[in-house]
Amino acid sequence: MELVLAIFLGLLFGFALNRVGATNPENIINMLRLNDLRLMKTILFAIGISSVLLFSGLAFGIIDPSHVSVKSAYVGVIVGGTILGLGFAIAGYCPGTGLTALSAGRKDALFFVLGGFLGAFIYMLSYEWLNTHTFLFNDIAGGATSLVETGNEKYQYILSGGLGKIIGLFIGAGFMVLAWILPRQILEN
Amino acid sequence: MKGTLSWYMGGVLLAMAFFTAVLLVKPIGVSTQFVIADGLIWNMLDADVITESDSAKSGYESSNAYLNKSGGKYAANIANPLNYSFVFVLAMMAGSFLSTLLGGDKPQSPADREMPSVWRERFGANPALRYIAVFVAGFLVLFGARLAGGCTSGHMMSGMMQTAISGYLFSLGAFATALPLAIIMFKKNK
Repeated sequence: MELVLAIFLGLLFGFALNRVGATNPENIINMLRLNDLRLMKTILFAIGISSVLLFSGLAFGIIDPSHVSVKSAYVGVIVGGTILGLGFAIAGYCPGTGLTALSAGRKDALFFVLGGFLGAFIYMLSYEWLNTHTFLFNDIAGGATSLVETGNEKYQYILSGGLGKIIGLFIGAGFMVLAWILPRQILEN
Repeated sequence: MKGTLSWYMGGVLLAMAFFTAVLLVKPIGVSTQFVIADGLIWNMLDADVITESDSAKSGYESSNAYLNKSGGKYAANIANPLNYSFVFVLAMMAGSFLSTLLGGDKPQSPADREMPSVWRERFGANPALRYIAVFVAGFLVLFGARLAGGCTSGHMMSGMMQTAISGYLFSLGAFATALPLAIIMFKKNK
């Protein structure tokens, strides 16, 4: 059953990535250089809608809180993000869109994916050293923490109860509004 | 853009994917599966990398510290690649392929297949240069994603959907370098 869901949800996500134009690096690069922000509007809108649905579903008991999975916050999250950002700008691909661009027939995506295999492998080999010799894995904000209570007891939160739920919905709505008001173009570069 | 939805219809479709995933199973994530794929190859070349273990929580352990962490979670997924997350990523690739067959966005010319026009206008049409740059970029993206513990899907989209602090931090970090680099790199010479 779980594999049937994996196939269904995977197909849906891959289909969606292609239809929003995220498998085309032209769209990603133009988004990052603030020349064409349509994809950014799509991403913000999607985060907003899914967030409102998630917190509504949790509030009404439709969603099992054990499905929630809040990742840890630590120094490496920010450092890793900045390293990822460099490659994101050069290629116009991230892990998911690189793989789906490859299957959409883009040759350069193959080299992105191969570089990705090597990067992940070097990280696997570096992990033990990084973990013992650097401060990269020091927790921030108590580790796996969400701003709003999710109902999953494994994770910490900052805002709880009814106030948390309302703020959760407001944040989701805020992303949707941001998507609407964000201009199509900021720089004419 | 041929074959793509308007930004708001696209947003609705993408939201459905992220929401349905957390409704039925768990939030979407991709970059871990690069590790699993690497581990599959590594374990084929050296059978000692992943071994069964009675003491590990997952039932498997690894000689590699990263694959061995969290009770051998990654080691177990490498031993059994037909697991939810790995099959999800394979299906994701199939989904994009199916979309192109049904009129979705795909390269419009052999030149477009090699590189986007924004790259060609700035750096010329030499595919080797693009491929080398993109290989290096892939290295940075996956090294960074693994250090961060997630990527654009897991941290930025799934994370901010759940108001995870880690999702906000990751997004700040990623855009802090991606925006200025893209603006400088792809500035058109006039």
